[in-house]
This record gives sequence, structure tokens and C-alpha cells, in this order.
Amino acid sequence: MNDIATDRPNAPQRPVYLDYQATTPMDKRVLDAMMPYFVEKFGNPHSRNHEYGWEAEEAVENARKQIAELIGADEREIVFTSGATESNNLAIAGVAHFYKDQKDHIVTVVTEHKCVLDTCRHLEQEGFKVTYLPVKTDGLIDLAQLEAAITDKTAIVSVMAANNEIGVIQKLAEIGAICRKKGAFFHTDCAQAFGKIPLDVEAMKIDLMSISGHKIYGPKGIGALYVRRRPRVRLQALIHGGGQERGMRSGTLPTPLCVGLGKAAEIAKNEMAQENARLMALRDRFLKTVNGKLPEVFLNGDLDNRLPGNLNLSFAYVEGEGLMMGIKDLCVSSGSACTSASLEPSYVLRALGVEEELAHTSLRIGFGRFTTEAEVDYAADRIVQAVSKLRAMSPLWEMAQEGIDIKSIQWAAH
Amino acid sequence: MAYSEKVVDHYENPRNVGSFDKNDQAVGTGLVGAPACGDVMKLQIKVGADGIIEDAKFKTFGCGSAIASSSLVTEWVKGKSIDEAATIKNTDIAKHLALPPVKIHCSVLAEDAIKAAIEDYRKKRAV
Repeated sequence: MNDIATDRPNAPQRPVYLDYQATTPMDKRVLDAMMPYFVEKFGNPHSRNHEYGWEAEEAVENARKQIAELIGADEREIVFTSGATESNNLAIAGVAHFYKDQKDHIVTVVTEHKCVLDTCRHLEQEGFKVTYLPVKTDGLIDLAQLEAAITDKTAIVSVMAANNEIGVIQKLAEIGAICRKKGAFFHTDCAQAFGKIPLDVEAMKIDLMSISGHKIYGPKGIGALYVRRRPRVRLQALIHGGGQERGMRSGTLPTPLCVGLGKAAEIAKNEMAQENARLMALRDRFLKTVNGKLPEVFLNGDLDNRLPGNLNLSFAYVEGEGLMMGIKDLCVSSGSACTSASLEPSYVLRALGVEEELAHTSLRIGFGRFTTEAEVDYAADRIVQAVSKLRAMSPLWEMAQEGIDIKSIQWAAH
Repeated sequence: MAYSEKVVDHYENPRNVGSFDKNDQAVGTGLVGAPACGDVMKLQIKVGADGIIEDAKFKTFGCGSAIASSSLVTEWVKGKSIDEAATIKNTDIAKHLALPPVKIHCSVLAEDAIKAAIEDYRKKRAV
């Protein structure tokens, strides 16, 4: 990547980062908060009999409080984990295993993150039954369908708050109410939502919530699971050992990482409203430029029920990976098959009913805390330029211009 | 994914992009692939009275490797007789562009595109 943009005088020095749903850079305020806990205050937070242990414990407990406050929880309901993948595994497998004598059914959604779907697949192999709910074309689940899927054998319902590819936000309060009424625990993967949109475990009747550090300008390698105390949710641990985190997750807590997640949560709580307003303005600015200059650009997923910083666009007649190669100085991701080893386009887009040919043309563009207006303008111009160039060499675009219906052609699948 | 220099060169400076009139009797058109699979190539050859391919054009919907493969074959077929062009192998394309295993299908598609264009030309001539 050393030759990026050398031919464009106004190009930035490094590629413009527009992949905030993949990960975020750490906020320097987070790093500052973490620094003392590496060398100076290095104690084991579980050491009960000396100063080093006490100061580390105090830092960890303060972080727990900062996380709890962002979601209206009690700090005793926060369990630190290595990240949202572990949290999702612990929530779903932990509840399923603990209640297996009474209940053997799980409800989830086809557009969940792979770590939820894969955990469910493993539980199916153990004999649990799993219902995978479809989504509507806007990416939202049908609440009546959810209610109908929950039986007296359903231990847990797992529905993500905001989707990692399309940013669509599910109706959490309504889902929580249905789960409570039907007597199933409600788990929500909030890897993308925590710190980005207002969440309240009481108002939304959430029983378990997965949280990630690195999606909210915190460190990688830390996450948390909110586990409700009243009514109490019980879990079978995945990791056994010294019984830390009230037996739900053994292992010495990584004090600096816990502090970082706590600080990131505190900043998110204070700045969420203004940050979201800014991100929505950037997003609208980007969309306005692109839609003003390019026909046949389609937004995947609902625009209103959506993370402020997320766009997922299909640029018809231009293949996603080919497009990314033309915008090497922009860091985005594609739902095209070619970016993965599977050669299948995004399962999330397919679940929305996006046709395969359009799924191949999609880009996920994520704006975040450090995205500037100048970067957004630059990115929009570069994308317009690259799409125009590739459409000029696309046989599908040519056919569309000639009025040929691409669906009328007998294509040979290969 | 890291692309070879040759793929990047063909992607950034594609050779012979464009279209001929597909109803021209001297033109053979090959359209292969499928939008649902993420690759479609259109390759056209213009054949002289002596049976030599005088010119070639392409348009491709696909990843960088697909664009590079089709751009490359437009260069390779020019100046060849249609029989010679028909002997171009996908393995030669893949080797020349240093395509990784997951991109071999792009070179296969380019070979298919040449064959389809030649077949179309021959059909026109037979009528």
C-alpha cells in the first residue's frame, strides 16, 4: 500500500478510514486512562491483601460502573469478557446449558453475527432446537413471527441490536416485552449498538447484553456481558478456574483493558447525542453527493432505523471488489463474494432479499468519531469517479443503457 | 488481498475497452459468466478477410483479476488466426497474471470468452 494516491495531489497521506463497523481507533483519552495500569499500577485486581491489588480492583470496579451506567444497569450485572464473541458464546451457550433440563429451544435471526449463528449451530449438534427468524426487506424482524416462534420450551431469544453490515436497529423494547411476556430470556448482541445508540436494560427488558470495547474507541481484547440479577439469569460458565466474575468467567481481569472499556463507555455516554448528530450530517452529505452524481445506487437496509455512521450501498453494474480496487485510498468493505473465500455474496444482504447481482455490487461505508467533512467529500468524489469508470467498462451497464433486461438473458452459472 | 503488478497494471490501464457493432459480419461476440456470480465478460473480435484477428475489445463486470484477464486476452488474440486464438489456455493467463488459486476462475472465464467469440464469428460465417 505504499503507492497510494501519489498521482492525486489532494489525496491524503494515508488511506481514509471508513470501516468503523469493523473496528475503531482508540480515543486518546481512553489510552491516557489505561496507561498507569500497565507499569505503575500493575496489580492483580483479585489480590485482596495489598495496595497493588486494591488500586487495580478499584479501577476495575470503576470501569464496571461506567459500563453499567451507559445501559441503566447495576455494576454487579457486568461480567468482563475478552470481547463480544465470547460474550455471545457465554450468553447463548451458558443459558442453554444451565436450563437444559427444562428448556431446549433457542430463537435467533438469520442476519445475526457469525459468532451467534455458529454458537447456535453447535448447540443444535448437542440436541437443542433453534429457530432462525427471517428478516423483512428493511432488515427488521416481524414481531408477530417472533412471538409465534417462542414456546414454553424456549430458553433464550437472541436478537442483535444493530447489524454489523447494514446498521439496521431492531425494535428492542418491543422484542424485550414479547420475551418477558412469553417467559424467555432476551439476549441482544450490542457489539455495534453499545455506546452508539441509547440502550436501557429496564425499558427494553433486556436480560443479557453483549458489549465490545474496540467498536467504541476502546481497546481490542475486552468486552462485557450484562447479566440480569432480577429476575436472575443463570449461566453455565465456558471458562473455569479461580471463580472470578462471580464464577461466570474465570481468569485474572486485564485491568488496563477494563479501564479502557470503562472510559470509552463514559465518553460515549457524554458525547453520544452530539456525535450522532454529526455522523448523520456526514452520512447525509455523502449520500447527497453520490446520489446527485450517480444513478442506480441502492441503500441496503432501512435508513431511519439505522446506526448513524453506517451506509451499505449497492452500485448497480459494478462489482464490489473491482470497485474497492479502484478506491485503494479508501478503507471500506464489500458484501461481494470476492472479498471472502466462500465466493458467496453477503448472507445478510441475501436475507434482506437483495438479489445476488446487487449483493455483489455492495460497499459498507462506516463513518466515525474521527471522520472529517473533508474526508467524506473526498470519499464521495473518489467513489463517483471509480463507479463511473467501471460502469463505462461494464457489459451489464451497457446492456442496461440499451434497454436490455439483464434478467431476460440466459446466464450460465459458473 | 495483494494483487500482482500485472493485474494492477491491466486494472488501472485496461487495454481495448469498448464495443464493436455486434451485427457486423466480421465481428464475433462472446458473453460469458453471470451477474449472480459476480463476473460477466464480453469479448469481441474483429476478423479480417484473411482470417486474422485484426482487433479485439472487451467489457467486464467483475473483480480486478477478471478485468485484468479479459484485458490481457484482447492483447493476446490480436494478430492471431482464429484457430491460434482458440488454443489460448486459462493456465497461461493465470500464470502470466500470477493469479492466486481463488482467482483461477477469472482466467477460465477469459478462455471461455475467447471460445464464445470465435464460435459466434464462425456461426455468422456459416450462414
